[in-house]
Amino acid sequence: MHREITRDPRPKDVYFFATCLVDLFCPEAGMDAIELLEREGIAVHFPENQTCCGQPAYTSGYADEARAVAQVQMALFPEDWPIVVPSGSCAGMMRHHYHKLFADDASLKAKADALAERVFELSEFLLEVLAVQWKESSTGRRPTTVALHTSCSARREMGTHVHARALLDSLPGVTVVTQSHESECCGFGGTFSLKHPAISGAMAGDKADALKESGAETFLSADCGCLLNINHTLQKRKDAFQGKHLATFLRERTEPAGTGDEA
Amino acid sequence: MSAQHPLQFVPAAEFKQRSVDATSDAHLRQSFRGAMDFLMAKRAAQFPDDASLQRQRAIAEAIRQYSLARLPDLLEQLERNLTAKGVQVHWAENAEEANAIIVGIAQRHSAKLMVKGKSMVSEETELNHAMEAAGIAALESDMGEYIVQLDGEKPSHIIMPAIHKTKQQIARLFAEKVPGVSYTESVDELIGIGRAVLREKFMHADIGLSGVNFAVAETGTLCLVENEGNGRMCTTVPDVHVAITGIEKVVEKLEHVPPLYGLLTRSATGQAITTYFNMIGGPRKGGADGKGAELDGPKEVHLVLLDNGRTQAYADEQMRATLQCIRCGACMNHCPVYTRIGGHAYGTTYPGPIGEIISPHMMGLAATHALPTASSLCGACGEVCPVKIPIPDLLIRLRGEATHEARPGHAPLVGQGAARSALMDAVWAGWAALYTRPALYRAFGWLATRFRFLTPPTQSGWTVSRTPLKPAARTLREQLAERRRKTH
Ligand code: SF4
Repeated sequence: MHREITRDPRPKDVYFFATCLVDLFCPEAGMDAIELLEREGIAVHFPENQTCCGQPAYTSGYADEARAVAQVQMALFPEDWPIVVPSGSCAGMMRHHYHKLFADDASLKAKADALAERVFELSEFLLEVLAVQWKESSTGRRPTTVALHTSCSARREMGTHVHARALLDSLPGVTVVTQSHESECCGFGGTFSLKHPAISGAMAGDKADALKESGAETFLSADCGCLLNINHTLQKRKDAFQGKHLATFLRERTEPAGTGDEA
Repeated sequence: MSAQHPLQFVPAAEFKQRSVDATSDAHLRQSFRGAMDFLMAKRAAQFPDDASLQRQRAIAEAIRQYSLARLPDLLEQLERNLTAKGVQVHWAENAEEANAIIVGIAQRHSAKLMVKGKSMVSEETELNHAMEAAGIAALESDMGEYIVQLDGEKPSHIIMPAIHKTKQQIARLFAEKVPGVSYTESVDELIGIGRAVLREKFMHADIGLSGVNFAVAETGTLCLVENEGNGRMCTTVPDVHVAITGIEKVVEKLEHVPPLYGLLTRSATGQAITTYFNMIGGPRKGGADGKGAELDGPKEVHLVLLDNGRTQAYADEQMRATLQCIRCGACMNHCPVYTRIGGHAYGTTYPGPIGEIISPHMMGLAATHALPTASSLCGACGEVCPVKIPIPDLLIRLRGEATHEARPGHAPLVGQGAARSALMDAVWAGWAALYTRPALYRAFGWLATRFRFLTPPTQSGWTVSRTPLKPAARTLREQLAERRRKTH
């Protein structure tokens, strides 16, 4: 899962694939992710024609529809730049499932394989490719305690739970606590949450409980789907405890080590 | 309870209702959570070194794939070698045939009582009902199976049949159903009570029935893994031993067994090895002139090889992986859905992730199409499966088969397209139309954000336990465009 990544040469340009959920429901997470990249001196290109990675149809068994949508996305990245995705789930779809969708078509399959090589989840890219060096920003000085919820694709397909955790561990003043059943799914699962609301709701409720009981001030996730699931569960309980996207937290708490002034 | 429910046909709609009931049963939730936590911790303690575990899984997967690739040959070889050792081999295409074969054997011996070691395949065929119908008592002798049978239930887990029951429930059950027993919550005493009942029955049983964990083709050996010794009793004390197994359980060589066995027990109960490992090589030997005759062991041994939909899975390159399963139960122990609804809610012999991928072959998609949808595809099952069955991929595949006609060149599955709905076809066609037309999608985003105040307060299943999803004030792409305008 965890793949070898070469840091040379450091890319100057990247594509940003926002994902449909970030575009419509969590745009601030997308803006923060873009800023994290830009402040490292990277030119971030946002292909205007991007829509959705195709995962909802794929996991629902509607492969033709998923293929059609995936094919539109595959045409969006003509330059040989990395494609950065602020979601382990959608990055997982593009890296690990596109080639399965096109298994019957040699040329599309080859395209999908080549694309997979260029897809990075945001925290993986920051840590492995850019090897970011940060210092705390003025708002990052207040000590805080956070819990990290990693999406199942990030953990089991992408192996990027280690990257998110390492980034957080590197921040002074941030204590990461571990909630019980940390590696268990939050119950989102795309259309699963609509088809089996009782089971999905039970999982989301337990996850919300575990995060709250962890004693963290807030919780973070690198996946918008999980965040929406857990946050809206908490909101329904009229609980003010809410999670935020990892990119937002990192952007708020840090700035590049070589910039700004300490005064 | 779903006790007397015939399980060979499980309408998909009932699964949903049962899962709703189960998730609102706090007691059930708590007891499964506790039990699964315990089993997960036990397994984890057996695999301290992930690299080593991954090597073992790769070997186990290779053995299972190799065996399946040669399945027809291996089954013939197994039959030849078993027959040579005096074992009578029977082939059953479905549950009814298997039951008829076993009832026939029992009737030939005028049997009154059959004792059973733990056999999920006999649960699959609902053998006990068939025996009862023929007037032959069938008694479960595995402690967990004995408990669920006493209560008129089905196992809720393939390794731990009574895992849904508390000590107190078992105490009440014994006090009520076992003559002369008074209420006790002492686990040792409870086990003692069960043992005493069963001991007595072993002595009088005419037939012993068992499952098979591995059937070795080259040597004609049936391997049986167990902890209680009841399996050994069932296979050695009565005069007739009948083993029943699915056709996929065969391996070529004896040396293929240890790697699978080691992973089976560690993955299942977190044991490095079980208390008993039985290798059955045929009936007691006669000694032609009366000399050297063996003095114990069954006089007759039968093996029933059951298909029951397995060849349907076998025929498909991808779905064949389903048959790699060694029935360790780790996928259910680690499944967040199983943990919340328990085994009975599935309404199938095999619950949890393995049940979701194998039941459609056994019972058809018409009855089971809801099962593959009951997963968030979190991948925990595939991660722990000792033989590396790509369970999430197979769930996706079955979702597709349930909602579509067979693809050209593929034989339709039983119940192919049973969940097909014109409405869902239209929904996904509309979805694809939107997401393949970027201009249309942008217009949709623009409208959704402008009219976010129109967001419906109830959104299908989402709002049962969540507040409604509401689009942001502006989409990301609009915010980016805005930023560009400001900086240029
Ligand atoms: S599918 Fe894998 S994990 Fe599940 S019971 Fe079978 S072997 Fe065990």
